[in-house]
Amino acid sequence: MTSPAAPLLEVKDLRVEFPTRRGLLVAVDGISFSIAPGEVLGVVGESGAGKSLTGMAVIRLLEPPGRIAGGEVRLDGQRIDDLPLDQLRRIRGRRIGAIFQDPLTSLNPLYTVGEQITETILTHLEVTPAEARERALGLLREVGIPAPESRIDHYSHQFSGGMRQRVVIALALCAEPRLIIADEPTTALDVSIQAQIIQLLKRLAREHGTAVMLITHDMGVIAETADRVAVMYAGRIAEIGPVREVIHSPRHPYTVGLMGSIPKLGAGMGKKHMRLAQIEGAMPRLNAIPAGCAFNPRCPKRMDRCINERPVLVAAGTNQSACWLYE
Amino acid sequence: MSDVLLRLEGVGRDFDVSYPWLNRVLEGQPRQLLRAVDSVTLEVRRGETMALVGESGCGKSTVARLIVGLYQPSRGRIDFDGVEVTNPSARAQTLQVRRRMQMIFQDPYASLNPRWRVREVVAEPLRVLGLASSEADIDHRVGELLGQVGLAAQDGEKYPHEFSGGQRQRISIARALSGNPEFLVCDEPTSALDVSVQAQILNLMTDLQDKLGLTYLFISHNLAVVSHIADRIGVMYLGRLVEVAAADELFSRPRHPYTRMLLDAVPDLEMSGKQRTPVAGEVPNPLSPPSGCAFHPRCPHANDRCRSEAPAAIAKDGNVVACHAVQEGRI
Repeated sequence: MTSPAAPLLEVKDLRVEFPTRRGLLVAVDGISFSIAPGEVLGVVGESGAGKSLTGMAVIRLLEPPGRIAGGEVRLDGQRIDDLPLDQLRRIRGRRIGAIFQDPLTSLNPLYTVGEQITETILTHLEVTPAEARERALGLLREVGIPAPESRIDHYSHQFSGGMRQRVVIALALCAEPRLIIADEPTTALDVSIQAQIIQLLKRLAREHGTAVMLITHDMGVIAETADRVAVMYAGRIAEIGPVREVIHSPRHPYTVGLMGSIPKLGAGMGKKHMRLAQIEGAMPRLNAIPAGCAFNPRCPKRMDRCINERPVLVAAGTNQSACWLYE
Repeated sequence: MSDVLLRLEGVGRDFDVSYPWLNRVLEGQPRQLLRAVDSVTLEVRRGETMALVGESGCGKSTVARLIVGLYQPSRGRIDFDGVEVTNPSARAQTLQVRRRMQMIFQDPYASLNPRWRVREVVAEPLRVLGLASSEADIDHRVGELLGQVGLAAQDGEKYPHEFSGGQRQRISIARALSGNPEFLVCDEPTSALDVSVQAQILNLMTDLQDKLGLTYLFISHNLAVVSHIADRIGVMYLGRLVEVAAADELFSRPRHPYTRMLLDAVPDLEMSGKQRTPVAGEVPNPLSPPSGCAFHPRCPHANDRCRSEAPAAIAKDGNVVACHAVQEGRI
């Protein structure tokens, strides 16, 4: 599946800027990655790392004044970052589906879920309204909504949080997109529901060969779902690699710190008041990103060149890490 | 001095969610009560961290608010250090006891007054409780408290918006500590924070507990956080406490089917290949809870008795479990 020759989505040197009165803020700073068909790429990072903006930039849903200031986004080899809006609109929903964090605000409260799904199907596919409704029913069944025949005519407020997220997933799947961008799809849900939604996403990606860009702050979700993971820090990719490698043998000092700071179930057993590894300080604000490596003021392994020279991604084991340690 | 600092006995709280009076009269809508917390019996021992976990809507935050007195219980009693704090006729005594507990809230963006300088935020309990004799005294104490939570004394001159989420939560902790409490109720104190910041706050709370001999009631939905910080854990489902056990026992030998389900649903960071068993179904509507055991529609071990009769919480060796199947030895 992961043939590096034909990536489905290819992002090169993507840069997102926000011009403000107090100067230019660079929220995403030259990041590159690719996703193969059927592959799930996890994008993790803490708030403000630029992970959601990266996803938004791929489908060009950035809120002004945010703008793509450089780089390329290619879908199936075709550049989509410079397409006129009317052509882009045919790609959104048709070839790229999106799932957002809050299922309540992703659905229109004034239309039944059936109307919303059939509208999307009719927009993108050449089918009759009756066929569209049939397809909508099938989708609702596929995402695990019980009794879809009666639920299809319900409004979003009549669904619970987990069921709503299933509807949103059905909506994203309408036109069998090649790529799904899922931005924190399980964050608003309880653990037991989260497990259901993750399994659903995984199954769908596998069965339909859909590539998924899964954006989340939750390493646990990444560990279960993703094939590869990109760790973001201050608008840059700090480390990218196979999920197992990044979690078990992280190379970048930020990834090491991040993994250490996650409490693990049962790890403190019997040892009262064990301390977690912690990274001192906080992620820099966008107007004060340090020169050189953005992580250098917090890094326990800082060297002289980290302060002035910005590291690029280099091979570190099976991962790629943007750190001078691996030069 | 008894070992138990806080005791809840059969505590319940209902919320009136009826339609407005006019609708009830004209449309014949009935009164509707939401039973947010139902006969919770719980002990918190001096110096320990007791955690309450459960999914949204299970009543864990309501319990926290009942304990600190933000809500009055509809039933049952709450004793703090041997004094009944829910007794309205002993108000003077209750107030004395209430000073000894404080609360930390989930959202550090909403729990600090944006128009007050941090110094005023932290100093307010000192003034209200009359713990400082002069302005110089207050300055000194505020500086000391800010230092204790890892901020600088000069930070007192800033406003809350100048701080990040983690720093704001430190300010909340400093404010909670300024009244010299023995007991802190922490309602999801790290849920709004990033993991690396969460680690800083959890470490800070552990250090403060060691240094000041604090007792914590820690409310969270995150089992990994709870397993890290808690000595004992209570699991709540739909307003009831279904299991209470020592932390290591709960994680190594969970007894209630709901606890097992929760543990199975936690993402596996070790990637041991263990499959998460997603649970069928969702938390039922608390307005019309299922008959008998509230968990029975999702429980793989439910039988006729579970469907008709609510299980009592039965204590054994300091652990409590409310489940027919466990009592009958079926699981």
